[in-house]
Amino acid sequence: MTNASRIKIFYILMTITLLFVGFFQSWNVALTIFNLCLISSIMTLGINIQWGNAGIVNFGVMGFAALGGLANIIISMPPTQNAWEAGGEIIIVGLMIFTLAIIFSIILFKKSNLNKRIKYLISFAFIISAYFIMRHLVDTPIEKIEAIEPAKTGYLGGFNLPVLLSWPVGALLAAFSAFIIGKISLGLRSDYLAIATLGISEIIIYFLKNEDWLSRGVKNVNGLPRPVPYEIELQSKEWVLKVSNYLDTPITELSSIIVKLSYSLLFCAVLLIVLFLLEVAVKSPWGRMMRAIRDNEVSANAMGKNIKQRHLQVFIIGSAIVGLAGAMLTTLDGQFTPVSYQPLRYTFLIWIMVIVGGSGNNFGSIIGGFLIWFFWVQSEPLGLWFISQITAHISDTNIIKSHLLENAAHIRLMFMGMILLITLRFAPKGLIPEVKR
Amino acid sequence: MDFLNGITLIANYIIIPGLTYGSQLALGALGITIIYSVLRFSNFAHGEFMSFGAMSAILLSWLFISLGITLHPIPTAIMVLPIAIVLTISYCLIVDKFIFKFYRKQNSKSVINLIVSIGVMFFTGGLIRFIIGPGDRNFFDGERFILKARTFKNITGLNEGLTLKTTQGITIILSLLLVILLFWFLNKTKTGKSMRAYSDNKELALLSGINPEKVVLITWIITGTLACVAGTLYGLDKSYKPFTYLHLVLPIFSAAIVGGVGNPVGAIIGGFVIAFSELIITFAYKKIFFYFLPINLVPEGLSQILSTDYKIAISFLILVLVLLIKPTGIYKGKVI
Repeated sequence: MTNASRIKIFYILMTITLLFVGFFQSWNVALTIFNLCLISSIMTLGINIQWGNAGIVNFGVMGFAALGGLANIIISMPPTQNAWEAGGEIIIVGLMIFTLAIIFSIILFKKSNLNKRIKYLISFAFIISAYFIMRHLVDTPIEKIEAIEPAKTGYLGGFNLPVLLSWPVGALLAAFSAFIIGKISLGLRSDYLAIATLGISEIIIYFLKNEDWLSRGVKNVNGLPRPVPYEIELQSKEWVLKVSNYLDTPITELSSIIVKLSYSLLFCAVLLIVLFLLEVAVKSPWGRMMRAIRDNEVSANAMGKNIKQRHLQVFIIGSAIVGLAGAMLTTLDGQFTPVSYQPLRYTFLIWIMVIVGGSGNNFGSIIGGFLIWFFWVQSEPLGLWFISQITAHISDTNIIKSHLLENAAHIRLMFMGMILLITLRFAPKGLIPEVKR
Repeated sequence: MDFLNGITLIANYIIIPGLTYGSQLALGALGITIIYSVLRFSNFAHGEFMSFGAMSAILLSWLFISLGITLHPIPTAIMVLPIAIVLTISYCLIVDKFIFKFYRKQNSKSVINLIVSIGVMFFTGGLIRFIIGPGDRNFFDGERFILKARTFKNITGLNEGLTLKTTQGITIILSLLLVILLFWFLNKTKTGKSMRAYSDNKELALLSGINPEKVVLITWIITGTLACVAGTLYGLDKSYKPFTYLHLVLPIFSAAIVGGVGNPVGAIIGGFVIAFSELIITFAYKKIFFYFLPINLVPEGLSQILSTDYKIAISFLILVLVLLIKPTGIYKGKVI
């Protein structure tokens, strides 16, 4: 089977499945799944350009997605009254002092030709003292800011700009941190790189969880503004009433369907733009060079390609795409909850999507994102159905049966593991393999 | 007197917890290091193997308690540990036979093996949650303390108490025994030596007639034992919750890398480095200053370097620092 026909078949099958859910479960459920499928696909595209085209193992998906979510707060929330007066500027000055100390140590390492030990000693002393100066400056303002109506605000707030702006800003934020992370860790061997990125993404999450002045930490930020109208507003519109009468659906359901559809349109537009740009990139000489580096670093180096720079470039681009998707996800949820960022759900699930869809093929990544997300959502009822089928002949009062039914939802982790293992064993190139060029 | 009080405080809040947590990390890191040096991949499923071991110990101890067989002062979970170890080893061997063996025969890249181990992690995690549920299980029974704070205060007449929980004592002693056994095995027995030869130079070892399947079998037996003991001890000390073991993988990896991946001594040192730095950096030094400094020099705040919320993040921070400064770790890697 050629790739083109594979793509057609899988896309048609996926559409039919979603329509099936729409007709038999409900359109609301189908659209919820569809929206998250779109976001997952964008994240998968970001990882695919890194892994499929450049062979970089990035296990930091979770961190970049969370940074995208943070952009939502910074851009769209109204600034908290009095928080800036309470010392917002001082916090920024403190952070700048610490950053300057780090930049100074980097310059020291690059430019000076002192003994290595002395360099370590100086930069260590410098960073430590900068840290304590920062803490001294920052501690009181942070306390003050967090004391401003802690139940409602207690953080700096944002700039009160349109929420759609937070998507590109999320991408930029992720790109910037990818630049730093890449500088630190891209020289490492692939499995060290995986562990390092995973560790750094955990540090990002810990930061967001505990720095209440920035993101309200575990108290979450609720009520983020939406780029689409609210259901209540829609219900009072005349045309919605007319459509509701025409289709014979209750207006509450219709309004939420309209909201979800408008999200879908926005997400589809983003997905198509990202896909178009990536396809152009992959087909260009740049893409060819990336694959050459992936397949044989030594010879690519001999041809005069700057491998470190190229790797850094692709790492930043991919992470920015993940950040974009993370920002979209937070906008869709309408709230930022740092606790919900789990490596299992973000990092590893996205990786399963990449592998199952077909590493190195953008269309494959999209189908991987759709398929795996669909299974992830639907395998809970599926697991329940499966267990109730095999225990059908056991009486309902049996302890083992009730225990099995209670834990049936966790079958989905086994399911995901099995899908990944089966793909790696029998179709290591994924559903839609990389195009041979 | 103040001096002794200060020392007791440090012992109680840093040395004993550090030794306990460090031993648990060291056992875990040893498992990862041995898999890495013999089978040549980073095993992300190790945390779930530990969880599997702890789960077996819990289920078995429930069984034995319901049968009325217990050794009172010692927790039942420790009594059933040998059977739990056998179960864990069997699970590791089954996983190896059906999954990892295929990729070993193909000589796959280590990245592919790593991704495979993530699949195993998902599957095992799901299996464990399916069997025992996602909830919190406290399976400690027997005597809670070896040394109570009040007894210590009465004996010594100090203000500060020193407590030694049974789990802490057991953890330290058992880890020590296991490590001694492991090093004896690797350095003195013929099988251990053949394992080291295999990890050092695979082709040369095969040429001199070492049976690769036997080496792999022994590797999984050692890994299974270490995983089961480490998992059970961690579960006994804190409490057993399946999802914590996923988060434990990273500190363990940090420990292995900090010490130098592939080096057992390094893994142990790395475990203690991680454990102690977590405690030292997040400890509130106010009371210590109170005992050691003249009263007018004692600072007002808690004198904490980082808040306790960042405890686990510290291990990642150390990992990043080590990767930056000395990627080979404290001991150079890849010598079993």
